[in-house]
Amino acid sequence: MKRLYTHSGDRIFAWALLLLALGVVVLALLMAYELYQGGSLALKRFGLLGFALGREWDPVIQKSFGAWPYILGTVIVSLSALLLSFFPALAAAIFAAEYAPRWLAQVINFLLDLMAAVPSVVYGLWGIFVLAPWIRDQVQLPLYMWAAEHAPWLVPILGVPTGYGLMTAVLILASMIVPYTAALARDAIALVPKEHREAAYALGATRWEVMRMAILPLARGGIIAGAFLALARAVGETMAVTMVIGNSHKLPYTLFGGAATMPSVIANEFTEAVEDLHLSALIAVGFLLFWVSMAVNFAAAYVLRRQERLVKGVL
Amino acid sequence: MRRLTATVLGALALAASAWAQSTITLVGAGATFPYPLMAKYADEYTRLTGGKVRINYQSIGSGGGIRQFLEQTVHFGASDAPLSDQVMKDVKTRFKTNALNIAYALGAVVPVYNLPGVREPLRFTGPVLADIYLGKIKTWNDPALQALNPNVKLPPLPITVVHRSDGSGTTYVWVDYLSKVSPEWASKVGRGTSVQWPVGVGGKGNEGVAGVVKQTPGAIGYVEVTYAKQNNLSYGAVQNKSGRFILADLASIKAAANVPLPGDMRVSITDTAAPDGYPIASFTYLLLYEDLSVNKAVKSEAEARALVEFVKWILTDGQKYNEPLTYGALDSVPQQRALALLSRVTYQGKPIGKEITGR
Repeated sequence: MKRLYTHSGDRIFAWALLLLALGVVVLALLMAYELYQGGSLALKRFGLLGFALGREWDPVIQKSFGAWPYILGTVIVSLSALLLSFFPALAAAIFAAEYAPRWLAQVINFLLDLMAAVPSVVYGLWGIFVLAPWIRDQVQLPLYMWAAEHAPWLVPILGVPTGYGLMTAVLILASMIVPYTAALARDAIALVPKEHREAAYALGATRWEVMRMAILPLARGGIIAGAFLALARAVGETMAVTMVIGNSHKLPYTLFGGAATMPSVIANEFTEAVEDLHLSALIAVGFLLFWVSMAVNFAAAYVLRRQERLVKGVL
Repeated sequence: MRRLTATVLGALALAASAWAQSTITLVGAGATFPYPLMAKYADEYTRLTGGKVRINYQSIGSGGGIRQFLEQTVHFGASDAPLSDQVMKDVKTRFKTNALNIAYALGAVVPVYNLPGVREPLRFTGPVLADIYLGKIKTWNDPALQALNPNVKLPPLPITVVHRSDGSGTTYVWVDYLSKVSPEWASKVGRGTSVQWPVGVGGKGNEGVAGVVKQTPGAIGYVEVTYAKQNNLSYGAVQNKSGRFILADLASIKAAANVPLPGDMRVSITDTAAPDGYPIASFTYLLLYEDLSVNKAVKSEAEARALVEFVKWILTDGQKYNEPLTYGALDSVPQQRALALLSRVTYQGKPIGKEITGR
């Protein structure tokens, strides 16, 4: 084994790999450092916890900044979008990989890839002009009217039915991240060895039982990886969400009412933030977003490793 | 032969240096609102000078424009709001010179709404607009609105308030006006490029606000008048200080600025005293250092002179491009004031502003 590395070409290759890999790590650390530096003015003024848990965001009168409404908004919107999109995406993946005839599977795959390639501003415009008015007229207004008459306690939870708010943002985001979960789940299902299926069929399992007992457990790692990739995408999504979420950071959030997320406040206010403290607060939100994304990735890595161990146990 | 080569080389070097000297690129950055106008100025001015002066304008937003101006990476900045007292003071202490806020065009912000069945323009007053945006007037048939529009049958629709979610000069002008006409607005919300809105839906950009208003019966929002016209949005007349209801158009915007102005032009002309003036109008500004030699971006006297020439052209001949692009042009009072400011520019002690403007 060692002899292989005595060739100078191999050594150079190994060093080049090491340098490039370190470059990625250094880049990430540098980014975190720069964000911290940029945000330090706000972080020092309010304290890290005070900033993360503060509820006021008033750049004019009080000049006080707290990121809590944005953190909460990001978490609510991205988790709900993931929950909402996960099962349809999984169903599409199973159908495309196992049930559909080849031509139909190809059509589904093609459409899923297309969905992933549509720019988010297009989703946003579609949200403003088509989805939001439709949801307001067909879903929110009837529900609101019904609640006002029969269940008044529901009204403050529902909020004002304008169409532009949390609900629409979640729906748009859910449809945007379906292809990520679906594509990885599809590949994971396709990679399950044929022998497992055949063995299950030989034991007299039905199609559903084969899926449940032989395929899904083995594909679970890939499926969950896809879900976390989708979640990471949802946490960072800016444009489409900003266009339909209503951009209000007034707590408590309601189902129909406006909300705001961390990327949306940065995108909204960065260009015109003149005062140092305001600018610094926005960069500090970026710093917190960095950690939220990091936490999501670590959680994903942890779940994946546990899954791998489980699968190994099965085999 | 050798001599010939030397001559040719020398001639080439001369030509190259002459070319380098004769082409000057002025770099500016700032507000997005005047970008189409600035692009037109740049085109026309480059043609006028036979390609000798080129303008490179980056529309990165007023906040970015002010930062680039202070970092001295640009020849001129551009901003929808004038520099604040704090920034003016910072410039003074850091660079030992003044920043000049030179107005060169006007914009206006109009209340747009979506009321099915209502054809003629509605009438608003400042306090009523402030109460709507404070969430105190909640429906369209509110007595206050009905009293202003006795001939219109206003529907009992709830008002959906729409505002810009992104920081913007448009928002600044709108809330600056509301702060002037409503003490409650001034103390609770105040003026800025992004504020803490008491109620409403935030749309991103003019197109976001216009989109939400168009899709929501009963919505009210605010956009640049240019944008409202291009997109056929209905917009209302607003009562000015002299009690007249004024619809925003090029004449009423121009008139809004025809009022006594302070020396440095850092003034808000919302709620104007001009009797024919539209009350929600504002200047948009170029930012220059009074002593151009402190600006690290200005590398030679030739560049400094080209910059002053360009600004002078904008304030005089260039003004004719404002109105075709639906920006307000400067009337005589603000024009004279802007030229007077420009005449204060110096470079390494030379009064180039005076020489070029001829004052």
